[in-house]
Amino acid sequence: MLARMLAGALLCVPLAAAAAEGVKLDRLPADIGANDPVSLQRGAQVFVNYCMGCHGAAYMRYNRLQDLGLTEQQIKDNLIFNGAKTGELMKIAMDPNQSREWLGAAPPDLSVIARSRSSSAGSGADWLYSYLRGFYRDASRPSGWNNTVYPNVGMPHVLWQLQGEQVLRTETQSIPRGSKGEVEKREVQKLVLENPGAMSPADYDRMVGDLVNFLAYVAEPSRQARIDLGIYVLLFLGVLFVLAYLLKKEYWKDVH
Amino acid sequence: MAAADKQPVTVTWAGPLNGAVGCFITWVDQRFPLMSLWRDHLAEYYAPKNFNFWYYFGSLAMLVLVMQIVTGIFLTMHYKPDAGEAFASVEYIMRDVPGGWLIRYLHSTGASFFFIVVYLHMFRGLLYGSYRKPRELVWIFGMLIYLCLMAEAFFGYLLPWGQMSYWGAQVIVNLFDAIPWVGPTLAIWIRGDYVVADATLNRFFAFHVIAIPLLLLGLVAAHIMALHEVGSNNPDGVEIKKVKDPKTGHPADGIPFHPYYTVKDTLGVVAFLIAFCVIMFFMPEFGGYFLEYNNFIPADPLKTPPHIAPVWYFTPYYSILRAVTEDFMIFLAAGVALYVLLICFTVKDIRVRIAAVGAGLIAIVLMIAPTVNDVTIALDPKVWGVALMGIGTLIYFLLPWLDQSPVKSIRYKGPIAKVALTLFVVSFFVLGYLGTLSVTEGRTLLAQVFTLAYFAFFLLMPWYTRMDRTRPEPERVTG
Repeated sequence: MLARMLAGALLCVPLAAAAAEGVKLDRLPADIGANDPVSLQRGAQVFVNYCMGCHGAAYMRYNRLQDLGLTEQQIKDNLIFNGAKTGELMKIAMDPNQSREWLGAAPPDLSVIARSRSSSAGSGADWLYSYLRGFYRDASRPSGWNNTVYPNVGMPHVLWQLQGEQVLRTETQSIPRGSKGEVEKREVQKLVLENPGAMSPADYDRMVGDLVNFLAYVAEPSRQARIDLGIYVLLFLGVLFVLAYLLKKEYWKDVH
Repeated sequence: MAAADKQPVTVTWAGPLNGAVGCFITWVDQRFPLMSLWRDHLAEYYAPKNFNFWYYFGSLAMLVLVMQIVTGIFLTMHYKPDAGEAFASVEYIMRDVPGGWLIRYLHSTGASFFFIVVYLHMFRGLLYGSYRKPRELVWIFGMLIYLCLMAEAFFGYLLPWGQMSYWGAQVIVNLFDAIPWVGPTLAIWIRGDYVVADATLNRFFAFHVIAIPLLLLGLVAAHIMALHEVGSNNPDGVEIKKVKDPKTGHPADGIPFHPYYTVKDTLGVVAFLIAFCVIMFFMPEFGGYFLEYNNFIPADPLKTPPHIAPVWYFTPYYSILRAVTEDFMIFLAAGVALYVLLICFTVKDIRVRIAAVGAGLIAIVLMIAPTVNDVTIALDPKVWGVALMGIGTLIYFLLPWLDQSPVKSIRYKGPIAKVALTLFVVSFFVLGYLGTLSVTEGRTLLAQVFTLAYFAFFLLMPWYTRMDRTRPEPERVTG
């Protein structure tokens, strides 16, 4: 009896991840499919146009992007601007020592950024989705920008012409508490779009979603192969389990 | 028997090839102890017939060991033990090496599963008293395997050269810094540099891929040889060799390992692989427990992460280390004093009493002696933290002698032993969980309480196992 109890206790490993982040993250919208080629291709396009000025994806090869349903020629014509061959890594020319001087920190390589930003607060994709929508005007920062998800980040808001300019407003919210209509006043900070950009907020969110989707793909290009193979392996093991069980039963029928 | 006098081997399983296969095996057997090895360790190794769920984990540990070695060999073909290239070479394996992601995930998931399996295997020993006479050496070899495994995991964890690899190694090597007098020199000697650096990565690679695995394989062989010398324990904790079948001379409650346990363990292997594959294929990071998220950031010697947590299998000991604070020393000293009093009141042998008082006094002085005229005798709490962490991992070695119960198995032990074991398991889990979290005042207090509980389980065992109300062991196994 005790053995069984302890077995139960041992098997349910406590499932809470390390250090919770302070910021509440927005979820990457579920309707952006992780395998949707249109979303991924658009994400790739945004990535090479807006991110690759400063950030590389130096563990990724251009021709791997054939995973997204592109041909090598399409990759060469639309996604490579520096004359690189399609078999080369998605590196950038910027010298990290110089960028450290310009921005305070060298822009990180983004190959596995979506995996490294995961936490108990949400997936790495959620973090990126919130981060890229969390920039606001802050005159006290050297770049003129600050971020709600990554306070005092060195990166300026590269997509500001698309999103427009947000500001951080402090509002007093009344939250009903208790049964007698008591009200708790709480200060809440809220992002407000002050000057609209070239895109509507919905379009901007969609574009960021596609970009994040692409970054999640780049972080683990073998993800889909892993899941596909896993299903077959488990089906095989399921059949093998039945056979192993019958074999064991057959051999053990004379043990009493 | 002279080798050439050995009888020809007859095989029955090779069908029409009986003659040819039999001739070949006979030829080998006359030059190598093939058939006697086969008989001694498989076909005529008699194992108790009442093995339950807990007895799967020995063979599973072997399976994971083989898997780690095979996948490790393939990883070394592409991995670069160089501070400038290590991180990128792992991503190269994940992307450009055909099937590389599978090999890497097998290895990283295998590392965590190795510890899951080994912890369950050790817990089986605690449940059924498998460390008791005559199996003390089986247990000691097993514990040495466990220590090697921890070293192997620690060295291996540096290799991906991510932030957690780097800072985890930095924190652990800095523990040696705490050793009085020789510490700082020792830490530099271990690292080969003033900080964890390329030299450290290279030597950890050497330890991980050859030094420790060699030791591990030798110890596994010794573990199994010692086990097969004395025979396996079982859930009833009774010796099956005591009652033998008068006709065959084999243990009446024993069955040949092969085919009975080979087919049963095959079932266990398939069930294990199902659990393993669910995690490896569908959640290889396992919520940040198996692959820590921060380790996807390349190592940066200039940027200390705000929260450094070792991988889950080290966290119980990490919690013990962090629990030892300045305020805790007085409680530790009180614990030592009470323990010495307990020995003095219950042990008749005057020499034991003198030794206990002497050792206790030295420990207490080194814990809490006040600083007088700038002379500090008491050791830094950090040193005691390291010491307790070390003792926490090594104390298992003493179990065969700490347990004084007249019975082996938990089935016949009394309520105190059952409560003590439950408390120990709870302590291990709570400490393990706290070790993954950042420190707060409340958590430190909790860790301190459970650190005391952890050590009480071992140190009080000679007393509570003696006074416990046990039930008589049966003559034969009960199934």
